[in-house]
Amino acid sequence: MDAEMLASALRMSTPVLLAALAGLWSERSGVVNIGLEGMMIIGSFWGAYGSYAYGPFWGLLFGMVAGLLLAAIHAVATVKYKVDHVVSGVALNILALGLTRFLCIKIFNQATASEHTRAFATLNIPLLDHIGFLKPLVTKVSPVIILALVLVPLSSLVLNRTVFGLRLRSVGENPLAADTLGVNVFLMKYAGVLISGALAGLAGMFLSVEHTGMYVEGMTQGKGYIGLAAMIFGNWNPAGALGASLLFGFAEAISIRAVSSVIPYQFIKMIPYALTLAVLAGVVRRAVTPAADGVAYERGGE
Amino acid sequence: MISIKGVTKRFPGVLANDHISLEVREGEIHAIVGENGAGKSTLMKILYGLYQPDEGSIELRGHPVRIDGPARAVALGIGMVHQHFMLIPRFTVLENIILGHETARFGVIDRRASEQRVKELAGQYGFAIDPKAMVATLSVGQQQRVEILKVLYRGADLLILDEPTAVLAPQEVTELFANLRLLAAGGKTIIFIGHKLDEVMEIADRVTVLRRGQVVGTMAAGETSREGLAEMMVGRPVLFRIQKNPCHPGAPLLSLDDVTVAGVGGTARGHGRGHGVGGSQGPAWRTRIARAAVDGLSLQVNGGEIYGIAGVEGNGQTELVEGIFNLQPVTSGRVMVLGKDVTNRPTAQIRAGGIAYIPEDRHRRGLVLPMSIWENLILGSHRRREFVRRALLDRDRILGHATKLREQYDIRLADMDAPVLALSGGNQQKVIVARELAQSPQVVIASQPTRGLDVGAAEFVRQRLLEMRDAGRAVLLISADLEEVLSLSDRVGVMFRGKIVAEFPAEEATPQLLGPYMLGGAAPAEMEIPLADARGEGGEARV
Ligand SMILES: Nc1ncnc2c1ncn2[C@@H]1O[C@H](COP(=O)(O)OP(=O)(O)OP(=O)(O)O)[C@@H](O)[C@H]1O
Ligand SMILES: [Mg+2]
Repeated sequence: MDAEMLASALRMSTPVLLAALAGLWSERSGVVNIGLEGMMIIGSFWGAYGSYAYGPFWGLLFGMVAGLLLAAIHAVATVKYKVDHVVSGVALNILALGLTRFLCIKIFNQATASEHTRAFATLNIPLLDHIGFLKPLVTKVSPVIILALVLVPLSSLVLNRTVFGLRLRSVGENPLAADTLGVNVFLMKYAGVLISGALAGLAGMFLSVEHTGMYVEGMTQGKGYIGLAAMIFGNWNPAGALGASLLFGFAEAISIRAVSSVIPYQFIKMIPYALTLAVLAGVVRRAVTPAADGVAYERGGE
Repeated sequence: MISIKGVTKRFPGVLANDHISLEVREGEIHAIVGENGAGKSTLMKILYGLYQPDEGSIELRGHPVRIDGPARAVALGIGMVHQHFMLIPRFTVLENIILGHETARFGVIDRRASEQRVKELAGQYGFAIDPKAMVATLSVGQQQRVEILKVLYRGADLLILDEPTAVLAPQEVTELFANLRLLAAGGKTIIFIGHKLDEVMEIADRVTVLRRGQVVGTMAAGETSREGLAEMMVGRPVLFRIQKNPCHPGAPLLSLDDVTVAGVGGTARGHGRGHGVGGSQGPAWRTRIARAAVDGLSLQVNGGEIYGIAGVEGNGQTELVEGIFNLQPVTSGRVMVLGKDVTNRPTAQIRAGGIAYIPEDRHRRGLVLPMSIWENLILGSHRRREFVRRALLDRDRILGHATKLREQYDIRLADMDAPVLALSGGNQQKVIVARELAQSPQVVIASQPTRGLDVGAAEFVRQRLLEMRDAGRAVLLISADLEEVLSLSDRVGVMFRGKIVAEFPAEEATPQLLGPYMLGGAAPAEMEIPLADARGEGGEARV
């Protein structure tokens, strides 16, 4: 194992980390967001388009806003109309798939891929980039990776230390109690879901613009779901989500590098997914879900 | 202070409040009593902005107000402690108190200042509580203090307490009342809802009686008696002294032989999921193995007899009952029902053997709240032949059965198809009692069977238990209400730290005699007295 490998693992884990943070923001407010995958798809497409047409910064903005808009549908459906969270999320995933294909044909004249896009200029981490063996890890780093890493302590801070975070968490634990204390339950849930959408959009944008250099249909490869798994594995905490994402990123980095003439290629590609299953099976019983996760809130009743 | 004028509230099929007019004076403790479903909680929820009245108006200090939500109520200085607590178990005491009313700089909570304020407030009214403790680890009495502090923190000067004593042990009630008197002396106005009329007479300055959504009358507590109030509430005289036929004990129907229940996992307490957050709770984990919740307990209940277990809550009563039904595993010992060993058998099989269960926590164990009333009335006996036709539930038959129970137990409801959560607390309890006793069991385990019931309904349930006994059935009664245990039981056992530490025939048992045993003071010498916090998660001793 070398720094090259670690760098690859970090790149692989970034979309999972962003998806996990996205899931966490939504679920901490009590809304299950299985539509993450769809929000990532939309984000990857619009990120690619924004970057292709106006440059990477606009790509980032387009990706996040696209994710946020899709999340807005989820929020209205689940919070206002009390649609089952999973049903709404799955519907959005299907919608996102169809919509991007449609838009891709309209905009790029081909169904499954965009033109090449422009990525952000990469950064070298000052000081560290002189240490020889760390070089692959700290040079030519995508700024979005750094942003994702910064979002971990930032999310922790906002959730645990601020008024906004306390209220958001209270709504995910016991909305009735929060309501009786004058917390605006619906507002908090909307906030959680919208932040979630923006982060999922960012995750998608990272995949297309930063990682691949273009949008390709199916490029999310279920990373939204893996993000949810990482969120659970990380016990709905940002730091935990980071640890879990790194694990998945690492598994993926291995699966890319591992070449074997004995084991068929497809089996090696399965490693991260199999790991997800194994980890979830072992961990879920220990996990502490927000108490009112996935439950519609209505006033009244004892 | 506050006057309610002609307030009316309708729910589909129910007139919950029917032109209620009521005046509460500044600085008084005003009690509201009434049967289950009389509309007490509804009226309070209107005052707190959770419901909007269909008619009528509310005046606060002479000014008409529209309370369109809890936030508005809080702004007007109205605070409420709900019948079912509104706490977040996984938050700390501090977080629970400041939520919605935080002191912050640039959006970041100022923990030190908040903590200071909470401590000051707690000191001022004599509440001993640690702001950093996680609510899930607190006893019920402490949780209630958190609820009251929440209200005070918001600067409320009208406090509404909906059945605050229903879940408290006797000592905690005494403490609560001391707190309330201090608050009233400090100029706060208190509305107090309760079913235990002795308590009402003790704490209240004035009492208002509601019946079927209407005000029957308001009077000074000194001018009335327990019997008078009860009659006003129910509309007929209520027996407080229970008529008991002599006891003719038969063969043992339930025997517990050296039963131990570890109580690990804390399924017994309301906040099981809240534990172990953050993973840094080493001490809690360690105390779990310090002592089993039920520790080698033996007892026998004979047919034709009521065996009462007295004791401060949290001494293993919950685990004992759940152990009998295999809701928690029995780690050693034997449970025999009607002479058959049923230790750790599947729960359905144990129940089919002729044993009924009235659980203490009606929301978590007794009912499936979103399911309809008729469904809840046959839960557990839904497999019975008479309810099934061609592999499907026979709705007509079940409705017939449910209607019969409803009449027999006077369950006040508008619609059998409504979810059981739409019933008032006391009527929910009646659903459970009706369902359990309808199976004509040989053994009845009744845990807090009259909690939350009005005097009339409580009397009714006690009569049913006595009928069971007179018909030769065995009844194991567990109640935090010492008076109830003493008046119903033929034998009384005192439970302390997972053991029966003393046993008396009913004639000899008096509160004075039992008291020291309940507190462990008269416990046998070989009992070690562990650290105060060594109760673990299964239960909290309040000694
Ligand atoms: N959300 C609701 N939907 C429909 N009916 C309701 C609802 N809340 C209360 N009711 C009905 O209104 C009536 C009054 O209920 P309320 O809870 O005010 O009674 P209560 O006096 O507090 O009784 P208890 O002593 O049992 O708590 C009951 O018949 C109840 O079934
Ligand atoms: Mg009530």
